[in-house]
Amino acid sequence: MTAAFLILATLTVAGTAAAMGLRNAVHCVLALTVGFAGVAALYLQLDAQFVGFTQVMVYVGAVAILAVFAIMMTHSPTPVPLPAYSRHWLAGSIVAAAVFAVLAWAIRAGSTSAPCLPPQPGISVQQIGDALMHRYVLPLEIMGLLLTAALIGAVVIAMDRKEESK
Amino acid sequence: MTQTLDQIFVIAKAWLLGYLPVAARPLASAVLCVIAIVITFPLLFAITTWLERKGLGRIQNRLGPNRTGPFGLFQPIADAIKSLTKEDIVPLTADHAVHFLAPLLLVAAAFLAYAVLPVGRNMVLVNLNAGVLFFFAVGSVVELSVFMAGWSSRSKYSLLGAMRAIAQMISYEVPLVLATVAVIMQAGSLSTVDIVNQQATYTHTLPHWFVFTPWGFVGFVLFMIAATAESNRSPFDLPEGESEIIAGYYIEYSGFKFALFFLGEYLGMFATSGMAITLFLGGWAAPFSFLTWIPSYVWFFLKLLALIGFFIWIRGTLPRLRMDQLMNLAWEFVLPMALLNMLVAGVWHFMPHGLLRWLVCTAIVAIPCILLAAGLKRKKKFQVRTYQFAE
Repeated sequence: MTAAFLILATLTVAGTAAAMGLRNAVHCVLALTVGFAGVAALYLQLDAQFVGFTQVMVYVGAVAILAVFAIMMTHSPTPVPLPAYSRHWLAGSIVAAAVFAVLAWAIRAGSTSAPCLPPQPGISVQQIGDALMHRYVLPLEIMGLLLTAALIGAVVIAMDRKEESK
Repeated sequence: MTQTLDQIFVIAKAWLLGYLPVAARPLASAVLCVIAIVITFPLLFAITTWLERKGLGRIQNRLGPNRTGPFGLFQPIADAIKSLTKEDIVPLTADHAVHFLAPLLLVAAAFLAYAVLPVGRNMVLVNLNAGVLFFFAVGSVVELSVFMAGWSSRSKYSLLGAMRAIAQMISYEVPLVLATVAVIMQAGSLSTVDIVNQQATYTHTLPHWFVFTPWGFVGFVLFMIAATAESNRSPFDLPEGESEIIAGYYIEYSGFKFALFFLGEYLGMFATSGMAITLFLGGWAAPFSFLTWIPSYVWFFLKLLALIGFFIWIRGTLPRLRMDQLMNLAWEFVLPMALLNMLVAGVWHFMPHGLLRWLVCTAIVAIPCILLAAGLKRKKKFQVRTYQFAE
């Protein structure tokens, strides 16, 4: 554990913890963004440039903005005072503990069964591209089709609204 | 001699690093490069504010700043002193922490983008494997800072400005990235250094810049349209439209923080212009092979100044778009053209060299372009505008 890892891990955990603890919804999203950025920095520290930059682009650039927009569209402008603890805290904590247990078990099982591979220095974007275009070409195509459909759908919705207003 | 002049900054850095212990060299090298970037580009910002005011003045048939120094050249210094000494006013109901952080985040993100811009031969802070991706990832952080500024001010105008800015930035980020994809397909690399190196070769005296191909030209035009919108400049300056919402998302900022917003906005414009130069205009490469004796960084900054001049010219010439016109342009013209351009880049790559390739590729781009433009124009009546409430 290096100093850089400790700082980044603290930042990530603190950001996500603040996202759960803060009262103002927009503050929560901003704190969560700090967590996202921390995770991206952790990826970069592991020499995974592509994943790190994609994390920033998708989560900080798109998901955070989307969340913020959703809050602005639905929330009332004045913050509503909420009780500090939800009534479902018991059920919530059981679910959280169960998810944590499953993840921890999977990680432990995975790390013992798989042989410890030597770290591969600097997986380049070229290699990722090759893998996507050869081995994982079907999932890639399906994702591409889905996203293109979503894009065209957005354009169609925008066009319809314009004609209605006339 | 010319080679020494070309590499003078690289040699100077190596000479300075020679005095340090080996262990400290990587860090010191990075710090030196950062210092160079942090000095050069704000200086360029100062020059650009003067150029812009003079240029706009010229277009509008007035003199522009002419009181401070010869030709008003010291105007940026006067502006800087003024904005630094002004009172920093924060609205009473503002969200203080977010209000304070927004300009810092904007400027930090704007500066980060310069890390991957090659400003000369061997002159880049880091040659990242995924440099272009880094550039756009950092650029997307700007949207968040704009939202923070607009929301934390608790003002209707600033919130409206932020909403407009984010909607516009998201809409135009898609064509911006798609226009880049064509270049990445052709270059086969996401590294900015590789992309420039591929364009820095010559047949006879003519360069291999990507802008001199059908897909490159279309990509460059689309990239510049999207870049103008991304940097919130006229004719896409709705987020800060002075006559509607005064200054948009930074209306509630004063003094130094306002100056930071101004700086961040211009730095963003320089960075996207620099990226356009890197992707399409050959980066630091000279336009003719017999001009390669001029140092590479000179060429980069000449191209950057030319693009800045172009931006100023556009700002002085075109009126501001309406919100629906802006969105229509993005989704019904720029985006389909960018998608088509990717197809053309593929066709260009696989067809044999020759005139036929030029004809086919130009036809694939030109015909839909004309059709799309006609489709956009069809539903509109062009006539002298009659005003309902004003005479």
